[in-house]
Amino acid sequence: MSVELRELYQEVILDHNKHPRNRGKLEEPTNSAEGHNPLCGDNVTVYVHTKEGRVEGISFEGSGCAISTASASMMTEAIKGKTLAEIEAMFREFQKMVTATGEAEEHPDFGDLEVLAGVREYPVRIKCATLPWHTLHAALQGAEAKVSTE
Amino acid sequence: MNTATLTKLDVTQVRADFPILETVVNGRPLVYLDNGATSQKPLSVIRSQDDYYRSSNANVHRGVHHLSQIATRQFDLAREKVRVLLNARHAHEVIFTAGCTASINLVVQAWGRLNVKAGDEILVSTMEHHSNIVSWQLLAEQVGATVRPIPITDEGEIELDTYRSMLSERTKVVGIVHVSNSLGTVNPVKQMIEWAHAVGAVVLVDGAQAAPHMRIDVQAVDADFYTLSCHKMFAPTGIGVLYGKESLLDEMPPYQGGGDMINTVSFNGTTYAKLPFKFEAGTPNIAGVIGLGAAVDYLASIGQQLSKGDTATMAENLDAAFAWIEHHEAGLTKYGMKALADIPGVRLTGTSPHKAGILAFTLDVVHPHDIGTVLDSQGIAIRAGHHCCMPLMTRLGVPATARASLALYNTREEIDRLVSAVEIVREMFT
Repeated sequence: MSVELRELYQEVILDHNKHPRNRGKLEEPTNSAEGHNPLCGDNVTVYVHTKEGRVEGISFEGSGCAISTASASMMTEAIKGKTLAEIEAMFREFQKMVTATGEAEEHPDFGDLEVLAGVREYPVRIKCATLPWHTLHAALQGAEAKVSTE
Repeated sequence: MNTATLTKLDVTQVRADFPILETVVNGRPLVYLDNGATSQKPLSVIRSQDDYYRSSNANVHRGVHHLSQIATRQFDLAREKVRVLLNARHAHEVIFTAGCTASINLVVQAWGRLNVKAGDEILVSTMEHHSNIVSWQLLAEQVGATVRPIPITDEGEIELDTYRSMLSERTKVVGIVHVSNSLGTVNPVKQMIEWAHAVGAVVLVDGAQAAPHMRIDVQAVDADFYTLSCHKMFAPTGIGVLYGKESLLDEMPPYQGGGDMINTVSFNGTTYAKLPFKFEAGTPNIAGVIGLGAAVDYLASIGQQLSKGDTATMAENLDAAFAWIEHHEAGLTKYGMKALADIPGVRLTGTSPHKAGILAFTLDVVHPHDIGTVLDSQGIAIRAGHHCCMPLMTRLGVPATARASLALYNTREEIDRLVSAVEIVREMFT
């Protein structure tokens, strides 16, 4: 197996794919949004419960590839308890990380999320990783329309 | 054709005609199993493009000069070759378009706008490609007609009894795929057309996935319209064919206005050119058409190696070529279906006994895109996704499938590599 493939499908990603964290519908979400990747058919719904500018609860459901499922799972772990401003900053950093060329920067907040940097070697899979984040962003903005990667 | 004759041609000889098959991907010889998306091109087709631009590049049907005459002759010859390929009655029933999608849209807008009225019904099967669904939905919205889906069985076959019961005097047109791009099912178009004609409906057959695999005879099945995607049948990209019965094409208004499609133009009224030019406004894809001619020649040359040699007609050579192709691909399909089904967790999609060229499957909870990425690391090209067939995926209850699609140059060794790679995927993700 190639080095790039091992980078893409690291143990952490395979684990999050097999055992997604915070999967399911949140009981009383304050915000939610649906995301869709029309090219591959991936669907994700993100539910959040915010209180005083902070995300107290988050979950997701839907169907997608290992990259999008793991990305959603890790995202829910990473942002719980964060303020909306902190989440926006992480979203931007995450986008930079998965699309950047050259050596990845360190992201102390990211934890497991860092392993998704491998996706940059697979341009068609980048949208798999960013779909949950775009959907979260839309949920927090109170967007009505379904998010699409296209 | 008997088995002894079929064994006169070995697949290694065929492979030698396709230079790209020597490519190495991720350190391994390429296994190209994405032929349903586009086929590879034989050297003769690749050379035809170079030859045209190098030695006969000129516009067609208008120049009196030497180069234009050569280009025009090659262009017109290609139309006759396609007539033979489809067994159309007349060469002018062959219209060159930008692709299969363009062919369908031409029918929808030129024939459909004229004939489909409010309250009419358009039947399309659940296994249609989006091009044969959405184009009709656009028309239905414009005129107030209804698009009704023809259901399919779990095996991926048309529910023929239901189809028959859906036909009525309200049915104006039926859109049916000859060979499903997602399932490989070969639909019984002859029977379906006969029933449709009995209620006065017109039938468009989407032949995009049939043309590389089987001998087509538009007269035998009595198709009203038949469409081809030529890059899927060894020709260059950007060229398609619409076959239409002369009587239908004659009554249709032009689809696009421009050069080449007129008889006389005046502000008092314009008259249109006769078939096929009425539907070929503007400078056509000349190189593409010449490449298409070369692709049909290539198929005929396969037959020539099996049949009577130089004395055989192009039609006879194509008969022989497709006898070989069908025999070869049926063997691969059967072998591949069995080997894939033996992998724990694999579910085949499309298990009709009438199949051509497609091995589609899902693997437990592994998403097809992950299968596609891991297979690519092994040098194997397949397609993962909904294959432009969202209603079919909904019917199958899956978001997407992994699809290996065959062509005449694929081998059992390549199927073996596909199967081993799917085993690797299974180990990784479960």
